Amino acid sequence: MSQTLDPAATATGHGHGHGHGHGHGHGHHDDGHDDISLRGYLIGLGLSVLLTAIPFWLVMQDVLSSSTATAIAVLVLGGVQVVVHMVYFLHMNTRSEGGWNMLALIFTAVMLVIILAGSMWVMHHLNTNMMPLHVSPLEMRNMP
Amino acid sequence: MSLPASAAGRVAFYDTSGNHHPGQGTLLGFWLYLMSDLLIFACLFAVHGVLGRSYAAGPTGAQLFDLQLVAINTAMLLASSITYGLAMIAMRQGRKPQVLMWLAITGCFGIAFVGLELYEFAHLIHLGATAQTSAFLSSFFTLVATHGLHVSFGILWLVTLMVQISQRGLTAENQRRVMCLSMFWHFLDVVWIGVFSFVYLLGVLP
Repeated sequence: MSQTLDPAATATGHGHGHGHGHGHGHGHHDDGHDDISLRGYLIGLGLSVLLTAIPFWLVMQDVLSSSTATAIAVLVLGGVQVVVHMVYFLHMNTRSEGGWNMLALIFTAVMLVIILAGSMWVMHHLNTNMMPLHVSPLEMRNMP
Repeated sequence: MSLPASAAGRVAFYDTSGNHHPGQGTLLGFWLYLMSDLLIFACLFAVHGVLGRSYAAGPTGAQLFDLQLVAINTAMLLASSITYGLAMIAMRQGRKPQVLMWLAITGCFGIAFVGLELYEFAHLIHLGATAQTSAFLSSFFTLVATHGLHVSFGILWLVTLMVQISQRGLTAENQRRVMCLSMFWHFLDVVWIGVFSFVYLLGVLP
């Protein structure tokens, strides 16, 4: 590729010639170069510790009397912590890789929600509508 | 991507979009791999969501799970994420010994994580709660062991990378590999958030 470059074309291009004293490594980590900082990791650590400690505390100490409320709180806090990890550890933003990272992530998240919610929804209805009603543990053991 | 330009009777090709960084393509491709991996985990989470309460008269999550052990495991993985971040910072500064040191510490946390998980599995199997006991335990072992297997292969990759860095230094290729493993490692921590929330914490709720 670089052999077909003539000097005039290089000059009008982006000037990524060989004399481009960028150290070794050719600057292949241009994006995210300034995203990675000790401060970012420490903020992420602090938030993660908090967002891990609260759900464990809620469940282990049985703080909320309703288990539905506890479940919702655990899932919401888990979701927030996923976002914290994405931002502070994986350095996700809408700019990295020209937005393709984010697009792939959004697509996968949509698939994930469909798979999870769809399976649980359908199977819950099958379960409530088609399971025999009164089965004792003893009968359950002897089921085929 | 490249336009023909005729200059003095010759045809030259030059890159008009500035995409001559193969490393970027690798990082995007690796990200796409991680997203497909996430779909595998999504399916396993869905299976556990469906079967997670089907105890078949066997032990329940509330009887089996030791949340303190899970909390320690979570701390191990979170600590390893931070030490990997410190390795990334050291790599940016070009400090090879520090990179190797932080990668080694990350690996130690990873080994501690896998060790604790294997201890937990051995304990469960000792109690008679094997993968064959109930649908709940089948999906539990499948999901958690798949995650543990990912971490194990991450450790294998980490050791390989440390050998490569110690022999070849922080070359462009090695830096790219460190960045890919960084994504892999943080991704596993993200999946673990789902595991401890969805499987363990929701599993012990009545």
